[in-house]
Amino acid sequence: MITFIIRRLIGTVFLLVVVSMITFAIFFIIPRLAGQTTYQLATQYVGRNPTREAILQIERQLGLADPLYLQYGRFLKGIVFGTHYNSGTSTTYCPPPCFGYSFRSQQPVWPQMVSDIPVTLSLAIGASVLWLVGGVSIGVLSALRRGSFFDRFSMGVALAGVSLPIFFTGLIALELFSYKWPIFPNVTYVSFTTNPLLWARNLVLPWIVLAFLYAALYARLTRAGMLETMSEDYIRTARAKGLPERTVIVKHGLRAALTPIVTIFGMDLGLLLGGAIITEVTFSLPGLGLFTVQAIQNQDLPEILGVTLLAAFFIVIANLVVDIFYAVLDPRVRY
Amino acid sequence: MPDALLEVQDLRIHFPTQDGLVKAVDGVSFSLERGRTLGIVGESGSGKSVTSLGVMGLHQGTQARITGHIRLDGEELVGAQPARIRELRGNKMAMIFQDPLSSLHPYYSVGNQIVEAYRIHNPEATKQQARQRAVDMLARVGIPEPKVRVDDYPHQFSGGMRQRVMIAMALSCRPEVLIADEPTTALEVTIQAQILDLISDLQAEFGSAVIMITHDLGVVAELSDDILVMYAGRVAEYGSAADIFARPGHPYTWGLLASMPRMDRERLTRLVPIPGTPPSLIRVPPGCPFHPRCRYGHLNGGRSETEVPELRATEETGHLVACHLTAAERTRQWALLSAGQVPDDVKATVPQGGVEA
Repeated sequence: MITFIIRRLIGTVFLLVVVSMITFAIFFIIPRLAGQTTYQLATQYVGRNPTREAILQIERQLGLADPLYLQYGRFLKGIVFGTHYNSGTSTTYCPPPCFGYSFRSQQPVWPQMVSDIPVTLSLAIGASVLWLVGGVSIGVLSALRRGSFFDRFSMGVALAGVSLPIFFTGLIALELFSYKWPIFPNVTYVSFTTNPLLWARNLVLPWIVLAFLYAALYARLTRAGMLETMSEDYIRTARAKGLPERTVIVKHGLRAALTPIVTIFGMDLGLLLGGAIITEVTFSLPGLGLFTVQAIQNQDLPEILGVTLLAAFFIVIANLVVDIFYAVLDPRVRY
Repeated sequence: MPDALLEVQDLRIHFPTQDGLVKAVDGVSFSLERGRTLGIVGESGSGKSVTSLGVMGLHQGTQARITGHIRLDGEELVGAQPARIRELRGNKMAMIFQDPLSSLHPYYSVGNQIVEAYRIHNPEATKQQARQRAVDMLARVGIPEPKVRVDDYPHQFSGGMRQRVMIAMALSCRPEVLIADEPTTALEVTIQAQILDLISDLQAEFGSAVIMITHDLGVVAELSDDILVMYAGRVAEYGSAADIFARPGHPYTWGLLASMPRMDRERLTRLVPIPGTPPSLIRVPPGCPFHPRCRYGHLNGGRSETEVPELRATEETGHLVACHLTAAERTRQWALLSAGQVPDDVKATVPQGGVEA
């Protein structure tokens, strides 16, 4: 088990390096292949109406004309050890993990992202609890009462949930519950440490809207999984032992049906932690998703690079956790 | 037989489906005394598994319509409270299944699964006692190092060992009736004999009655006191194993016997297959359900096609046979067949010098 985890950790680090290479390549090689000069690139790092000298100075300072492997090395070194920027008159130190300075705000990228993480985390964790509990229990009930009114109704709603985009359900929810009947007025993010009650109250709508989409997916997945496992031979054995139906369903049926769901859940959560873009934009929640959108709108290269790598990091870590957890869940998986 | 441990009377198990009513079991009766073994024999789809699942009350929650009587120790199980049947299941009657790998839960250790079966019926037992019971049972069924293996998972056992685990689990509560549904079909030939020996040893030790379900007459030949031959959900022939092997009365039983290689015969006889396939249980052929596949149907002047044969005692041995053939005709045809005479249709379909028995 320990060697398995260590092996997977090494693999994870390697994977992250590859991801950083690809990301770096996308933002530094492809534009150059498309004809962008390093001078044009340097222009983006300087303020409005810069002089030619200022641009050339930046190009030299940041080493934008250097060979790409050197630049990638510096980029990686900055993430691991931090970077010293020499502006000629003074030296600024960007502590690790350093993703450089934002074009727009002239601030280091990392602290901005860090301050946005709690918003996305609050949104993702709350919604995932809702959709996991809701989706799985609806799926189980649907499977056990296959063909019943409940089954058809909930699967119909689930189909709607999967098909309706969040910007639609989100806006409808806002219109109804924030404006028409102001049960949840002024949905703005309040940090948990400031006021836990207000934090929860303001997140209820985003949670429900985001969870609706995923609950629909999970209900369908759980239903299919339960229908399959409940027809397995070992379920018949469990009944033949004289176990109560509840134990048969939960301990023997659900336990087996849940394994693939846990796998997908890990991935979904990892993906969401990188930013629930549409939900955050719909509800104006200042999380990583909103950060990403603004970075793209401003063509803020260091920010885009940083948030892309952070999102990749979450997904890779979620993958690792799922793999380890999977081995715990299914004794047949051994390392 | 009023003192029978298990008595099944006119059992009918029908499943309504969109294509029609599936008469999986249609009027089956048998009885089983303590310590005895009944072999239920038939092809796939003859209703033998459905019958046994019906006895265990495992059709609950399905669409099955069950009528007739199943009496366990005098207690009526058809229409009994599900909670009561659950108490009996695994406790007074237990079952082992065909494929031990798919029948054991892959996520729980075998010890855990035996403990679960034991504790549900012995709630006063502590975890340690139940675990000890699991270790004892594993030792009893011949698992080496049971104290270590008790924590292993099903996939860590070989096929034969898994079936031993299933047997240990089924017997953990000392059931009075053990139903074995094709317990050796998924196993290698060498292991099959070991498992059958184990079942009969344990039967002697625990005094359980055993129902052995199989399509292999060779399996029941060694173990069974009585044999029930099923065809299309009905009883074709029922009697003591000695009678049925000495004077089989039903052409279907002849077919099963003749299609089985036999080592106890002096000369090699050609295997005689039963032509055709088992009928659909939705549209069971009218009259004798076996008549479309029967080589002797023409000897009855059309009765086979219209009249359902009753289960009657034969004149020779007194065991029950559902066939229109007269006693004399039956004796004559079986004598010819057992003397190694191959029916004409088999000669015609099998090329000369083709299949050797």
